[in-house]
Amino acid sequence: MSFFETRNITKRFGGLTAVSNLSFSVEQGEILGIIGPNGSGKTTVFNVISRFFPLTLGEIYFKEKRIDTVPAHKICDMGIGRTFQVVKPLQRMTVLENIMAGAFLRTAGIGKARHKAEEIIEFCGLDRYTHREAKSLPIPLRKRLEIARALATEPELLLLDETCAGLNPKESESAIALIRRIRDTGVTIIIIEHIMKVMMGISDRILAINFGGEIAMGTPKEVANHPEVIKAYLGDAYA
Amino acid sequence: MKHKNILLTVAFFLVAFLLPLFVKAPYQLHILILIFIWAIIGTSWNLLGGYAGQVSFGHAAFFGLGAYSAGLLTLHYGISPWWGMALGPVVAALASLPIGVICFRLRGPYFALAMLALGEIFRIVFLNIASFTNGAKGILIMPAITSKELYYYIGLLALAVTLLTTYAIVHSKIGYYLVSIREDQDAATSLGIPTTLYKNLALLPSAFFTGLAGALYMNYVAFIDPNIVFNLTNISVMAILVVMLGGVATTWGPTVGAALYIVLGELFRTTLGSANVLVFGVLVCLIIMFLPNGIVGELDLIKRMVTRKKTSLSGGV
Amino acid sequence: MELFGQTVICGILLGGMYALIAIGMTLIMGVMKIVNLAHGALVMVGMYVTYVCFSEFGIDPYLGMFIAMPVLFFIGCLIQKYMINRLVEVDSILPENQVLLTVGIMLVLTEGIRVYFKSDYRSVITSYSGNTAFLGDMSISIPMLVGFLIAMAFTMLLHFFLTKTDLGKSIRATSQDRDAAVYMGVNASRITMITFGIGSALAAAGGSLLLPLFYLFPDIGHLFTAKSFIITILGGMGSTMGAAFGGLILGIAESLGATYISMGYKDVVGLVIFILVLLFLPGGFRSLVKR
Repeated sequence: MSFFETRNITKRFGGLTAVSNLSFSVEQGEILGIIGPNGSGKTTVFNVISRFFPLTLGEIYFKEKRIDTVPAHKICDMGIGRTFQVVKPLQRMTVLENIMAGAFLRTAGIGKARHKAEEIIEFCGLDRYTHREAKSLPIPLRKRLEIARALATEPELLLLDETCAGLNPKESESAIALIRRIRDTGVTIIIIEHIMKVMMGISDRILAINFGGEIAMGTPKEVANHPEVIKAYLGDAYA
Repeated sequence: MKHKNILLTVAFFLVAFLLPLFVKAPYQLHILILIFIWAIIGTSWNLLGGYAGQVSFGHAAFFGLGAYSAGLLTLHYGISPWWGMALGPVVAALASLPIGVICFRLRGPYFALAMLALGEIFRIVFLNIASFTNGAKGILIMPAITSKELYYYIGLLALAVTLLTTYAIVHSKIGYYLVSIREDQDAATSLGIPTTLYKNLALLPSAFFTGLAGALYMNYVAFIDPNIVFNLTNISVMAILVVMLGGVATTWGPTVGAALYIVLGELFRTTLGSANVLVFGVLVCLIIMFLPNGIVGELDLIKRMVTRKKTSLSGGV
Repeated sequence: MELFGQTVICGILLGGMYALIAIGMTLIMGVMKIVNLAHGALVMVGMYVTYVCFSEFGIDPYLGMFIAMPVLFFIGCLIQKYMINRLVEVDSILPENQVLLTVGIMLVLTEGIRVYFKSDYRSVITSYSGNTAFLGDMSISIPMLVGFLIAMAFTMLLHFFLTKTDLGKSIRATSQDRDAAVYMGVNASRITMITFGIGSALAAAGGSLLLPLFYLFPDIGHLFTAKSFIITILGGMGSTMGAAFGGLILGIAESLGATYISMGYKDVVGLVIFILVLLFLPGGFRSLVKR
């Protein structure tokens, strides 16, 4: 069995099927990219994995344990961290406190949590903002803070939702560098991204979805040249 | 900064401890005792409302349960209401368990409304089970002690315990989790925080100490009826306003708010006659509109306003 | 059986008038997404306006309501524009600060009235106050029947206004999706102010209709705030017809509770239904129909 695996997962909202019969697996240490046009169901995949929405059908396994039946807060405890596409910083807490809130999952001591948070702040290059309130940070730093906060929970699998969206090329490059550093520490990553260039650069494999279902899966090169993917992104004329 | 806070705290309790040596007038002691009772209610509410962001419109339920625990002990069993100081908080805390299970299924304003409805249900039920509670006639006890000094010190002790306990909770892992839940419940869940459990962990001590304030009230005032202790406007809503007045999510805010509420209330009552609540209402509106996080919460803003005025005075004209 | 029939009819008649008040609250809740705890106080102020018209100028309450409505419309617009609307820019820790402000407004209205009128109980007695009509063996109070009919007429008119006129459509659009409405060229802040005004005017109308049936005193507002809430939640927030339906349900439930359980527990019935609906039917009774 793979490190992480979804089996025929389906999510319906009333009559709308956001994710349909999707199966994929991720190996330990890998970076899996998920691409797809707007509204193709990428974020919904994350939301069912992290149990923000209950699954309609299918099963999800992580480290050989079934996880689609546990309460939402247990997911993080089991080792799956996530960020949000629309960032959700803890507004009136400082950067340090935000990350400490994550670190408390593995320790009850204030001192230990603070120490851990400081390490992560350093790792993520947020040192200049340690005591800034989250609400005063610009978007690129908020996105970085989300990653840092998730890292503080010591995830083995990290779900990154559009970490580079809305960043300029320079900021985007430093975000990619951070993601690579995280992978080098042994964390497995699933990343959703719009920007093909970003995905081509860092993903080991890419899953392309449209209308909630798989249209292509393989190495970045294979997926980029897949006629269905080109069709989904550029329209029939280019396929 | 931290040393300054400790110093302030020590100074406060030292002054409060020595105060009865200088203040002997019963009226002034009475005002101080009322301030203690309200400071306990406010501090308790603040833990749940200010830190965890769960705005309860029904804290009168816990206050009333605390008061009635003490009153009913005397009424039915002739046991001194002082035992109510031990029983009241426990009863309120026990009641908070099912209340939490029910109401924390709801978020935001719906939680507030469900709590409001629960508080009212308690009031109406206590009015109606007259054989047990004496109904609208209320419970009158003959206090064994009439010395105001004693009530003063008991009130001070109760407040000290409340403040220290909430301070310890807020400055622990629980406190960080509560604030995280207030700031963004989804983000909190994504960090592995069991949000419902922690909301209950905030409600429990909040109900406990509100019940303590209720039991103290019964002992001190010696008369209660459901329309007094389960009152929506005068207890539940005032608990919120005391916190908003003083400072949301601050250690000392509720105490400052309680002092202002009682002192201003007395001041308005003596100078304005029947218009006193009206003026208080206007004040409440102004505070929410211009100092939404209370006086302690907006100290920076207030300082800035004062200094700006000063510079414009010296610079202008 | 007559007792049962009379109880139900009495409940329906009262419920229709409650519904009018609750529709005002629903409109405000829909557009502003806030819980207005001052709503009952607005009802009470409207009742006092009608009362003064009656006691000072001898104007019949059913005519007086047409004075009370514009007065309350104006007061509502002012409250929205200069108080509640201000909070949009205020950075507050508690997201419920708008609700708290409505509590402050409730205090000011209630106490303002108390300063002038004192806490005395007042009542309006007209020539037809005690009249009853008979339906078989069941007697029905005339003021109740008239009030109900007028309330229903208003509800129909309002429904027509919301579905057929441009202003009404703008209100509905703002309440469904404020941002989208703004992109479509709706002046959302003006609509919000007008909605608060209309909601307050409806509160005054409902209050005036109930004036011949209730003793009037400054604290009566609390009663109406509680009832409007229960009805609004029952009807599924933001729905006019839902609120009308919720009003009837509450009226009947209260009336039955008062007859068959006990007068004292009458209000508990409503509150328990309220909590149950909040917990299990978050969309109100409408969600039952949809299923």
